[in-house]
Amino acid sequence: MDILVLMKVVPDVVEELEVGSDGKSLDTGFLRTILNERDDHALEQALLLKDKHGGKVTLLTLDAPDIDDVLFTALAKGADRAVKICGAGSVSSTQMAARLFGETIAKTPGLLPVDLVLTGVSAIDDLDGLLAAPIAQKLGWPYAGVVTQATLADKTATVVKEFAGGVRGEYDVPTPAVLGIQAAEKPPRYVPVAKVRAAMKSQTIESVDAPAVEAAAGVEVQQMAKPRVTGHAEMLEGSADEVADKLCELLAKRGLL
Amino acid sequence: MANIWVLAEAGRGQVSEITFELLALGREVATQSGAPLEAVLLGSNARELAQKLGAADTVLYADNAALADPVPENAATALAQLIGEKQPAAVLVPLTNLSVDVGVVLAAQLGVPFLNYCKDLKADGGNLTATCVLYGGKMEAAVTAAAKPAIIGILPGARSVEQGRSDKPANITDVAVSLAAPKVRFKKYLEPETSDVDITQKDFLVAVGRGIQTRDNIELAEELAATMGGAVCGSRPVIDQGWLGLSRQVGKSGMLVKPKLYVTLGISGAPEHVEGMKNSQCIIAVNTDAAAPIFNVAHYGIVGDALEIAPALIEKIKARKG
Repeated sequence: MDILVLMKVVPDVVEELEVGSDGKSLDTGFLRTILNERDDHALEQALLLKDKHGGKVTLLTLDAPDIDDVLFTALAKGADRAVKICGAGSVSSTQMAARLFGETIAKTPGLLPVDLVLTGVSAIDDLDGLLAAPIAQKLGWPYAGVVTQATLADKTATVVKEFAGGVRGEYDVPTPAVLGIQAAEKPPRYVPVAKVRAAMKSQTIESVDAPAVEAAAGVEVQQMAKPRVTGHAEMLEGSADEVADKLCELLAKRGLL
Repeated sequence: MANIWVLAEAGRGQVSEITFELLALGREVATQSGAPLEAVLLGSNARELAQKLGAADTVLYADNAALADPVPENAATALAQLIGEKQPAAVLVPLTNLSVDVGVVLAAQLGVPFLNYCKDLKADGGNLTATCVLYGGKMEAAVTAAAKPAIIGILPGARSVEQGRSDKPANITDVAVSLAAPKVRFKKYLEPETSDVDITQKDFLVAVGRGIQTRDNIELAEELAATMGGAVCGSRPVIDQGWLGLSRQVGKSGMLVKPKLYVTLGISGAPEHVEGMKNSQCIIAVNTDAAAPIFNVAHYGIVGDALEIAPALIEKIKARKG
C-alpha cells in the first residue's frame, strides 16, 4: 500500500509578521517557516497506515528555504522517499501549487501508482484555494476533505470527516484517492534530533524540475495589512499577583465571583 | 453585474445559521451591484427549508434524491450545472466543514480559484473585492475576485444571523439537476462522543491552547476551573495532541459555547477557535504574544505566561471564597 504525502511550509505565526515593501505580501526578510501543521498530520496518518498495511510513503514538496530539514525529519519518522519540485521559485498561490503538484504527479516516472495521496486539508496561507481538490480533479480521482480517520481495505478507504458540534460523517472512498487531512488519528510522532541527523547522512532528497503550468489567475491581492482592530481587550499589567488581584476585582464587579 | 448566489447549508432537517449570515452579506453585495440575490438550496424533500430563505429574491431549489446526504461531489456537480445555465457573478459558500468541500470541488470542476477565508465582500463598478483573513488572523488582504464565476468561501460571523432572516415568503423556483452515482459514498453520521462534561452548559470555562506547553499543565487549568465550578476545554492543537477529548473542543469543528466567563490560557485566537467562543459574556485572555488576535475579542487581556498567571489567580480566588 503506497502513499504520496504532499507537504508545504508556511510562515511561523509565532513570529511577528510584517508586510513587505510592495504592500501586498509578507516581508520575507526575516520570515521563519515551519511545516504546515495539517501536512504534519497528513504525514502522521500516512505513517500510521504504513505501520498497519506496509508499503511505501513518498514525500513530495515544492522547493523552499529550510525544506530539506522538513524532509529529513519526515524521513527520520519513517517515510521512505523524498522528492522536491525545483525551479518554480517562490509559489505563494495554492492554485499554482496544486497545478505544479498535479502535473508533477501525473508526469514524473516512478511517482505513480499509489493508493492514496494525502495532504493537509488547509493551510494558513491558502488564499486562492485548497490543495487537494484540484489535484484530485487533475488525476481524475475521488476526493474527500476534513478527514480525521482513514482505514483501508479492498481498494476502498473508509474515512471519517468532521462536521460541526462533534458530529462526523463516515464515507467510503474508492482508491486511488486524494484525501485532505484535518487531523491524524494520533498526534504527530516525535523524532529525536539524532535520528534526523542520521537520516541526513544516510538518505538523499531527489529533485525533479518544475513542470510548465498555466499561471494562476482570478485572485489578485491589492493590499495586505495587519487587521484593523475594531475592539481590543482592556489590558491588565503588573506582576502575576497584581493582575490576579485586578482580575478578581473585575470578576467581583461583574458578579462572577 | 450578474446575480449573486448564496449556497444554503442545510443538513438533517435544518438550515444552518451561517446561511442567514451569508444572505445578509449577499444582500449588501447584491444591492451594491444592482443584481438580484439568489439562494441555492440543494436537497431532497427540503421545500420546507427553502421557505426559510425569504431574504433572497429567489430561492433556486434543486430536489434530487442524490442530494439527501452530504456528498460534496453531488452538490458541486449540481451547482456546476446550474452555474452553466444561469451564469451568476459569484457564489458565496459557507466556510464550514460541511460546505467547504462543496466549494473546493466546484472550483476544481470549473477550473477557477476558490477564494478562501473571506470575512467581507464588496461590489464596486462590476468588481468584487474581498477582505480575507490570513496567517491565523495575523494579516488581512484586500483581494480582487475576478474569476467568472467567483467562488468565495465566507467565514462564519461575517454578518449577524438576524440580518439574514426574513418573514417574507420565499420565492421558490424549482430547478432540475442530473446526477450520476458519486465516487465517494456517504455511509452514516457519527454522533458526538458522550462525555462526563457538557461544556456548552457550563457558566465558567477555562480554555487551553498550544501555549499551555505540556499535557501535565492541563492540571493547572483543571484546578482554576474547579475554583469556580467550571470545566476545561481547548482549542484544536490541544485536541490534536490528545491532551483533551473531542467533546472538549471549542471552535469550528467542536462546540459553540457562550458561558458567563471564558478564560483562555495560551490561545492565540485563530478564527476557527474564535468562532466557537466569541459570544461568551466575559472573556479573559492570557497570552505571551501581545499581538495575538485573541486580544481583539477578549474583554480583558494579560500579556504573560499562563503558567504564572493561573496559579496566582487560583490562589486569589480561593482566598476570596475563603
